[in-house]
Amino acid sequence: MIVLKILLRNALRHPLRSSLTVVAVAVAILSFGLLRTVIDAWYAGVAASSAARLVTRSAISLIMPLPLSYAPRIRQVAGVSRVSWGTWFGGIYQDEKNFFPSFAVDPEGYLDLYPEMVLTDAELVEFRRERTACVVGRKTAARFGWKIGQTITLRGTIFPGDWPMTIRGIFRGRDKTADESPLLFHWDYLNEGVKRIWPGSADAVGWYLVGVKDPDRAAEVSAAIDGMFKNSLAETLTETEKAFNLGFISMTEAIITMIRLVSFAVIAIIMVVAANTMAMTARERMSEYATFKALGFDGFRIGTLVWGESLTLTAAGGALGMALTFPAARYFESQLGQFFPVFQISTTTLLLDVAAIVVVGVAASIVPTWRAARVNVVEGFRHLG
Amino acid sequence: MAAPLIEIRNLSKSYRRGGQSIPVLQGIDLDIERREFLALMGPSGSGKSTLMNLIAGIDHADAGTIRIDGTEITALDDAALAHWRAAHVGFVFQFYNLIPVLSALENVELPLHLTGLTRRERRAHAEAVLRLVGLADRADHRPGQLSGGQQQRVAIARAIVTDPAVIVADEPTGDLDRVSAAEILDLMDGLVRDYGKTVVMVTHDPRAAERARRVRHLDKGVMDDRP
Repeated sequence: MIVLKILLRNALRHPLRSSLTVVAVAVAILSFGLLRTVIDAWYAGVAASSAARLVTRSAISLIMPLPLSYAPRIRQVAGVSRVSWGTWFGGIYQDEKNFFPSFAVDPEGYLDLYPEMVLTDAELVEFRRERTACVVGRKTAARFGWKIGQTITLRGTIFPGDWPMTIRGIFRGRDKTADESPLLFHWDYLNEGVKRIWPGSADAVGWYLVGVKDPDRAAEVSAAIDGMFKNSLAETLTETEKAFNLGFISMTEAIITMIRLVSFAVIAIIMVVAANTMAMTARERMSEYATFKALGFDGFRIGTLVWGESLTLTAAGGALGMALTFPAARYFESQLGQFFPVFQISTTTLLLDVAAIVVVGVAASIVPTWRAARVNVVEGFRHLG
Repeated sequence: MAAPLIEIRNLSKSYRRGGQSIPVLQGIDLDIERREFLALMGPSGSGKSTLMNLIAGIDHADAGTIRIDGTEITALDDAALAHWRAAHVGFVFQFYNLIPVLSALENVELPLHLTGLTRRERRAHAEAVLRLVGLADRADHRPGQLSGGQQQRVAIARAIVTDPAVIVADEPTGDLDRVSAAEILDLMDGLVRDYGKTVVMVTHDPRAAERARRVRHLDKGVMDDRP
């Protein structure tokens, strides 16, 4: 108990030095938490992937379309429960900076395969009934102030021209990992436009979304689909939705690796800063440690004064940093929502924060603790005056 | 006749510096009786502080023995020596060596944390000893709020709170004005006279040495034959 009392008071002994250390640790943990959250946001699509969904795309490249005529053939493959399709539209609203994900989809099956996009039954009926209807995630709706019944016009970046459509539903995510930013409209509506501008490219889809009855048989179903179109003009590549999303992320792997490295570098730097603080602290107090030893205190108790103080300072800074991560993440989300539709601080990130705090607190004090615990009483007294 | 409290036989100690062995104490023989107030004097580097450190069990001898109240402390390992120190030795230092973040009372109470006393018992002991040194009204003051003389009195209270047989004092008046120094020496004298403690004091100050019952001189690591 006396050791705890002394180490807590020691932690406040140099208010400026302690405050600077606490602030430095807080900034480091805040940065670490935000960088980890950016990585999580990058993988949000993967985390939200369903094991019961497969994606069938062109084996050559994602940008190569597949014939619409594949749909009934895929539907006949054993183990397939439902087939739907979509095409990346890439539209913008009024200005190029107003970008958000927009897809032309099969209105009948697509939303059935995405139960994480929650619409009311009435909204779903209205969407399916009207050829120029669309539904949009509530995050994008809020961003532009859109309301149900409002007619909006998207400008195509891939498919030229203006594309007016009426909002018939605003969906919310079933949980925090669900993306609430996409806009979905009828693939038929897009196809009619394509027939006018590029007749040769009509009746083609970007990918098929395939529901499987048994996720454990996903590999088998994938092989059956791809086997069916082997040696055709448009061979397919079928993979789980998770693998499909990971494929996207692998294109930016270098950036993610860099962010990950920076996040750990931040922790390494703060470890050095904290170690320097504790080394200075221990050196200043060597005569006190010698006094404790002369009085009969053992090395463990004396060492506890050092690592306990180190942990106290890093825990204070870490707690402050973790607390600040939440408003900072909310600010990030509001500013960068179009790039990171899901920007949530995960439990894993918080646990990593705690682990980083403990590692920094302990690692920074290893050498000073060792020196304090093994202080030679006679040598220690020479540090005085 | 009762055996001396402290028996030192053929004690030697040297330090290594730059690959050379420098003798600090050579073949010291010394008996210190119970209730004795002994002053060790000598020029700088004579080995008096080293001898006191060895008696206090905070340094190790190269050769020879020190037996204190029947225990040969030169045969104890570090852990056993720490236990022994906590129970048998009280320390008074030139610069007081109080813990600055603890109050006077908490400083005095500090050695009692190594005993089996309850919190209430520790507090009662510390308050009683603080009264003894005349600082009951300064119990809640931190060292930085006390004068040098008051700090040294707190240090003496800390030294005697566990009721040790031996009190070692390294230049206890070296950092004090004349009046405070006299008060501290009165206090130490009283510990011997009224409480039966044995005090071993290292000092440069002849006035301080005069207060001791016996003075021994060291020179170049050898005990002077002067009485």
